[in-house]
Amino acid sequence: MLSVSGLTKRFEGLTVMEGFDLTVPRGGFTTLIGPSGCGKSTLFDVLTGVFPRDDGRMSWLGEAVPDLMSRAAYMQQKDLLLPWLSLIDNAMLPAKIAGADENDSQEKASALFSRLGLHDFENYIPRKVSGGMRQRCALVRTLMFEHELVLLDEPLSSLDAITRRSLQALLLLLQSEFNKTILMITHDIEEALLLSDELLVLTPIPMRVRERFVLEMPKLGRNSNPELLKIKEHVLEELEGDLNGTI
Amino acid sequence: MERSNWISLLIALTVIAIWEFSCWWFSVPDFILPAPSEILKTTVLKTSLLLPHAGVTALEIIMGIFLSLLVSVPLATVMFTCPSIERALSPFLVASQAVPVFALAPLLVIWLGYGLASKVLMAAIIIFFPITVSLLEGYKNCEREYMVFFDLMGAGFWKKLRLLYWPWALPYFFSGLKVGVTVATIGAVIGEWVGAQRGLGYLMIQANARLQVSLVFAAILWLSVMGLAMWVFVGFLEKRVIYWK
Repeated sequence: MLSVSGLTKRFEGLTVMEGFDLTVPRGGFTTLIGPSGCGKSTLFDVLTGVFPRDDGRMSWLGEAVPDLMSRAAYMQQKDLLLPWLSLIDNAMLPAKIAGADENDSQEKASALFSRLGLHDFENYIPRKVSGGMRQRCALVRTLMFEHELVLLDEPLSSLDAITRRSLQALLLLLQSEFNKTILMITHDIEEALLLSDELLVLTPIPMRVRERFVLEMPKLGRNSNPELLKIKEHVLEELEGDLNGTI
Repeated sequence: MERSNWISLLIALTVIAIWEFSCWWFSVPDFILPAPSEILKTTVLKTSLLLPHAGVTALEIIMGIFLSLLVSVPLATVMFTCPSIERALSPFLVASQAVPVFALAPLLVIWLGYGLASKVLMAAIIIFFPITVSLLEGYKNCEREYMVFFDLMGAGFWKKLRLLYWPWALPYFFSGLKVGVTVATIGAVIGEWVGAQRGLGYLMIQANARLQVSLVFAAILWLSVMGLAMWVFVGFLEKRVIYWK
């Protein structure tokens, strides 16, 4: 379980979050949704130790940790593939940096490439393939981290609707087949409701959890679930309210 | 051939035609301004004289390039790694370029003699600045998101340097190298003017003193071709190395 309590971050007098609490159950899929600029990405920066926190504690699997650097896999909107490496070499990068056996990594990455429909493109450089393929490659790389905890910062927001849908299915695969614990940021309420076990709606800064929804219904066929439609309308109203408050 | 290459060729041919016609029309003596046809004739007839001198100058330039690479690549890397060193060295780097190479040439000849060493160092001094500055700029241009991502993967400095910073900076490095090899001839020739017994610069001084202006132009032509050839070679290398662009 990932547990964060009393997290506080200030930038030159601007309090982005104060006393922020968060719990992500082991093996769960928790999604954060909130108005633009509420500090969601800053939360990830603080969690990963990119920015030092001003206060608060965090623990992973019951052990207090200073940050999640080298403890969590990370995937964001930008695929961050290195343009000079082939797709397979990009995917193998976390293993290479960790000093893992190259043959084992190659085998694992190839298997994942086949699973995600990339097997014919292993030796292509990123510039030669579509945005969806690049993002799938980034997903393989995320799996190559060997970390149980995965942080996803709007990983699909730059993709078209059809590609996004196919990748949403792959994100679910991350959780179910590879037993990952996932914390995701998204702007897409539908995506959040389709994928999550738990949805946290955030307030504008200073960021805190405004509302928490536990989504226990099966993920298959969630599209047409009337209860989720109600939650969607409710969350949208809240977010629109935040938006109107800022205009 | 690309359209731009045709335009370059057309411009060159037009200039040469005007030059040739003007020399003939105004009956300009060869010791003032020889016609292009005369320069070409000298270049062909004096090949056996020009070639050994061109070889010496080329050697000075190539050695100068290697020497400058030996200095500029580690220097740019150290400056990138330690910003305090960059701040401390930057004024000296700029000052080294503010001093005219003409002023340094006699000193280098006194210190290093009339042989290759002084010319190699002259060429290296001219080349190392654009390479160092470009490479440093390339390192610094690496996007923060990538650096953070490498941190998250637990990459240490050397892994980041090898897998991220160096490939990232390569296009910048080649830009600097292209500038460097183009101006490298200046350093070598100035060194030869001040004190040498061989080389195209030495030949130019000798020919000039004997009013063999067409030979001076033939030497200039050789220098231009050498500069162009190195620029084309570096461009070819750049395309092979930076295959992802």
